[in-house]
Amino acid sequence: MNVDNMIELRNVCKVFPGVKALDNVSFDVERGAIHALLGENGAGKSTLIKIISGVYSIDSGDILYDGKPLNSDSPSKSIELGISTVHQELKMVDMLSVAENIFMGHPIMKGSALGKLINKKEMCEQAQALIDSMGVSINVNDTLGDLSVAKKQIVEICKALNRNAKLIIMDEPSATLTETEIEIMFKVIRKLKEDKLTVIYISHRLEEIFELADRLTVLRDGKSIITDDVSKFDRDKLISYMVGREITSIYPEKSVAKSELLLQVKGLSTKDVLSDINFSLYRGEILGITGLVGSGRSEVLRSVFGADKFDNGEVIVNGEPIKKHSRHTILDAIKCGIGLVPEERKVEGIVPEFTISQNVTLVGINKIIKQTFLNNKLEAEATDAHIKMLHIATPDRHALIKNLSGGNQQKVVLAKWLFVDSDILVFDEPTRGIDVGAKQEIYKILVDLAHQGKAILIVSSEMPEIMGICNRILVMHDGRITGEFSGDDVTQEEIMYASTL
Amino acid sequence: MERIRQNKSIKSLIHSVTKNYAIIFVVIVTYILFTIICRLVLGNNAFNRPENTFNMLRQMAIVSVLAAGEFFVIISGMIDLSVASTLALSSIFYAMVVKAGGITFLPLAIVVALMAGLVVGLINGVIIAKFYIPPFITTLGMMLIVRGCVYLITNSYPITSLPQGFNYVGRGWLFGLPFPIFIVAAVYAFAILFSEKKKAGRFMFAVGGNEDAAALSGINTKKYKILAYVMCGVIAAISGIIMAGRLDSGHPNAGLNYEFEAIIAVVIGGVSFSGGKGKALGVLFGAFFMTMLLNGMTLISIDSNVQNVIKGIVFILAIGLDVFKNRSKK
Repeated sequence: MNVDNMIELRNVCKVFPGVKALDNVSFDVERGAIHALLGENGAGKSTLIKIISGVYSIDSGDILYDGKPLNSDSPSKSIELGISTVHQELKMVDMLSVAENIFMGHPIMKGSALGKLINKKEMCEQAQALIDSMGVSINVNDTLGDLSVAKKQIVEICKALNRNAKLIIMDEPSATLTETEIEIMFKVIRKLKEDKLTVIYISHRLEEIFELADRLTVLRDGKSIITDDVSKFDRDKLISYMVGREITSIYPEKSVAKSELLLQVKGLSTKDVLSDINFSLYRGEILGITGLVGSGRSEVLRSVFGADKFDNGEVIVNGEPIKKHSRHTILDAIKCGIGLVPEERKVEGIVPEFTISQNVTLVGINKIIKQTFLNNKLEAEATDAHIKMLHIATPDRHALIKNLSGGNQQKVVLAKWLFVDSDILVFDEPTRGIDVGAKQEIYKILVDLAHQGKAILIVSSEMPEIMGICNRILVMHDGRITGEFSGDDVTQEEIMYASTL
Repeated sequence: MERIRQNKSIKSLIHSVTKNYAIIFVVIVTYILFTIICRLVLGNNAFNRPENTFNMLRQMAIVSVLAAGEFFVIISGMIDLSVASTLALSSIFYAMVVKAGGITFLPLAIVVALMAGLVVGLINGVIIAKFYIPPFITTLGMMLIVRGCVYLITNSYPITSLPQGFNYVGRGWLFGLPFPIFIVAAVYAFAILFSEKKKAGRFMFAVGGNEDAAALSGINTKKYKILAYVMCGVIAAISGIIMAGRLDSGHPNAGLNYEFEAIIAVVIGGVSFSGGKGKALGVLFGAFFMTMLLNGMTLISIDSNVQNVIKGIVFILAIGLDVFKNRSKK
């Protein structure tokens, strides 16, 4: 063990059913350094963080922390050992004050006639001192919920410091921050470095890595590809390590849009998110919607499908509004041939305790009814046809869907809509949490479906994916469409620029 | 080849039985256990003699029918604590109509009793599905409201001196078997068919298994939640009619605490307490298990208060096992 290393990983492996999330990952993080962790979505960053912070256990390999084997089986144990994580979704209590959040779980007590009571005054003083030392202006008596996201993150960092954290892991802290907020955040992170703390920093924004980090590790497909000083890299070199292959190679040849207009969205608006969304979708076309998290992409899909309310606008299918004079329901949308493959597969897509065939026939159940009863034979035929068509890997149609891999579950969710012959297929993050091989298969299926004359609408945060399969790309920011590009000659920079307009 | 296939199908049958009907083994073991205990404690075959088996079949009628209704609510991911009060309400209506109009009013009495169950179920369902009040709270409230109404209507006195023939439904014999057995058979034939072969049954499982996914598949989840409660109410009313026949009266205290027995029967019968999974036939075995337990304990003279304690323990164990089973899978 090198004494200068805060944490060392040696051949760490982690397998989830169907996915090898981490495959012999090894790297060191130097004490007092800002260490960046890079990789595409699904490369294994989140799994790795969850292992270091005690949420998951490892299947094999070793982790040395501060010179000793890391001995943690729970997040609270990791925190005790000095490992704190600042999450994308903050884990704090909005209703309490800043000071109370900083001292969450181990408040300062004082003796009194009533036994031990919380010493609020002392807590506020200490919390304020800590905040002030970061060089930011936050009043610790304020309610946490009233602060901006950046300030909340700083409070979370202070909370970690207050527990004598030695290693702070930051999971995409900048994803939802504005430029000025990022500057403040960087100041705080540099202050941590001055105080000899170690920071593991995760971000998709390469400029930040070059500006902030000392060293970096690239993960790809669950493997650690390279670890070295940031100064040894440039942007192109870094991307090639991250991607590791020609971006186009996993995408099939694109479909060709026909002239027949299937879906038209006119002036779609909601009170809080969307304003004046207009677009058209043609038969044979794959249309992508991208933008930052919170830009309103999913809301567009859900409004079109009738799952979310919208206040103004029209959704027109085949030249007719789905419903005149009133908002359409999900059932109306389904009857007009729209099918939604939702973002959270496990939460919204599948019925886990159902078999494959029960899931496949859920929407088109009327097609398997014979003399008022569900008919086993019709159900079996329908399911087997889709298992074959979509190459769903399963022992048989009676397998419970929860036992399938993510990619195969996604195919079953799609099969639901193909069984009722939906013409307009709407996907929210179609390949989230699916490994690379299965992704490639899903892309091929999508393009094939477009070839067959379906119209496909996709929301995705993964730019290579959007660029790889879409004929046209809409970019959203703050509830508006801020750019429209042809899928063939657009650069990542152009999309990035439009999504921050 | 043929042989391999045969082996495989036997294997899968055994697998399916052990997975869905573990309760069968519990029933057999409990039966043997009580037979032995009776021999040791009483020195006779009080438990396993045919008369007692008939007796148990008659006793189980009420709980098993009640459990069939509860089954539909639980697979839809909810719970109904008001079933035993509904039972009492329908049984007093049933007795009141017959008392007022004579035995020729029996068909009308049945309709009135079933309607009472339907209305209670409908109110439960609408409050839960349309106003988003949690099922536990809604039906706990209804349990008190309905039982309170029963006491108000009867002034806390049982309705007795009913005409001859009134008690046939609870005490009669048909083809050498206790009559209630035929009602149980009919109710379970319906429950099995409905839950496994009808669209509405499939949709109830879907709503209980993943309400969001069901809604996004175009299923009107509210409608099926309300339907589950309505069916539960009507089936509880059927058990109320059997109860009135058995007691030969409309008793305001009828079925007190039976909701627990019904819920235990459902859960111990292999139905997931969190919804979306289970077999109606398993519930029938679960009800038989409950009846056997109470019958056996009574035969060996265990104090009724001790019986309540044991019932409570079985209740927690049954649900605990279900929770544990789900947790260990994650």
